[in-house]
Amino acid sequence: METSIWHALLYLVGILAFAGLNAAYLGYCERKGAARIQRRSGPTEVGYAGLLQPLADGIKLMSKQLLVPKGVDGIIFRAAPILAMVPAITSMAVIPFSGNIQARAMELSVLLLFALAALAMFAILLGGWASGNKYALISSTRAVSQTLAYEIPMLFTVITVVLISGSLNLQDIALDQQGGFWRWNIFRIENGHFLTMWISFLIFFICTIAETNRAPFDMAEAESELVAGFMTEYGSMGFGLFMMGEYLNIVVAACLTTVLFLGGWDCPLGLIPGVWWFLIKIYILIFTFIWIRWTFPRTQIYKLLNLNWKILIPFSMVNLLITAVLIKVF
Amino acid sequence: MGTENLPTSIVRFAQLDKLLNLGRANSLWPMTFGLACCAIEMMCTGGSRYDLSRFGAEVFRPSPRQSDVMIVAGTVNKKLELAVKTLYDQMPEPKWVIAMGNCAISGGPFKFKGNYNVIEGVDKLFPVDVYIPGCPPRPEALLEGIITLEEKITGKRRWPRVYAS
Repeated sequence: METSIWHALLYLVGILAFAGLNAAYLGYCERKGAARIQRRSGPTEVGYAGLLQPLADGIKLMSKQLLVPKGVDGIIFRAAPILAMVPAITSMAVIPFSGNIQARAMELSVLLLFALAALAMFAILLGGWASGNKYALISSTRAVSQTLAYEIPMLFTVITVVLISGSLNLQDIALDQQGGFWRWNIFRIENGHFLTMWISFLIFFICTIAETNRAPFDMAEAESELVAGFMTEYGSMGFGLFMMGEYLNIVVAACLTTVLFLGGWDCPLGLIPGVWWFLIKIYILIFTFIWIRWTFPRTQIYKLLNLNWKILIPFSMVNLLITAVLIKVF
Repeated sequence: MGTENLPTSIVRFAQLDKLLNLGRANSLWPMTFGLACCAIEMMCTGGSRYDLSRFGAEVFRPSPRQSDVMIVAGTVNKKLELAVKTLYDQMPEPKWVIAMGNCAISGGPFKFKGNYNVIEGVDKLFPVDVYIPGCPPRPEALLEGIITLEEKITGKRRWPRVYAS
């Protein structure tokens, strides 16, 4: 692993560009996707097919008055939107986009990713707390209880993957799945047993939707109950940063799902692996996120927690047990 | 078109102002805010037949802090006066107001001798940029109102105006 300054600079610029482009254009994709699902056409008039829409939104958000309301905790109020962006961008440093495109190869990259994912929750908590607004406070406490609860089944399913690969390194996990879709973790056959990894995949995917606060689990910004949730007091770019952070979290979640379950940069037919397969897979997953968001109505907070504590956690624990037994005993 | 409500600053940069205004005009996020039957027409404008989202104006934000234009769609009562005014005050600059429907413009059918509870025109509470007449106005009228507001911001109309012959 070379660690020259140019290598670091190249990846810094590359990751920032990738993150910025995704954060801006996923908003556009979401509006287009929502429009298509609701039989509308979405933004069409601003630039060709509305492609300049994110630019217009960005200009507008940046030129809007930066309003810090009376009675907020000034420093935390200003720091929270930045904190929403930083963990998402940081976690891209350890994601292997391809066999040789990875900013920093780390032995414990899975662990680092989950630590950063837990940090992303603090942005919501601090933003809601510092706003001095009851809706924001309720929303942030909801978000915390939701995120904490859903981390448990998520980690249980990740343990099944780690059991199979025997490594906490994302690069090793992806390398272990090369050579066609039948070798991916989701369809994993080990010792002649077809493992129950597709259950792991389902649980993990549901948990990523809940962790990124997306509908149908967007309890944190339930408009019908909580005005705009933790973002109620944020205008202009503070709000913009929260939105960008949300989209970046989705990108990171899609990357992680791809690496852990869908073979990373591997071609489904085992022909030519490369970074394009990785991108195709993450964008299919992101499209699924958008699809789910505009198809299902929002659940309620107690149904959300019931789903987690009564269904996902027992299933993920049993799943872990079955996987471990199939791998290690038989 | 009057320009008295446009945000001003002491130092002005012509090209930058143009760019900023273009950006603002093309992402007018309205507030999720409906008072009476005009709100039904406003929802219809956002729906698939008229599709407000073509102009980038479909992002109805629930919080006044994030919205740019307030579409007062319906009758404003004395009881509601304070709430509407607070919502307007909570919006950060630059902000615009569209008075949609006759009630918001002048009190409409409620303007009569002995009226005791309806505000006769929302422009008594705060400056209004675009008036859309109708009881209620059709969705096309609201679209025209949004385009007129864009014209007011940028000084240029999106499409040439077509007059009925």
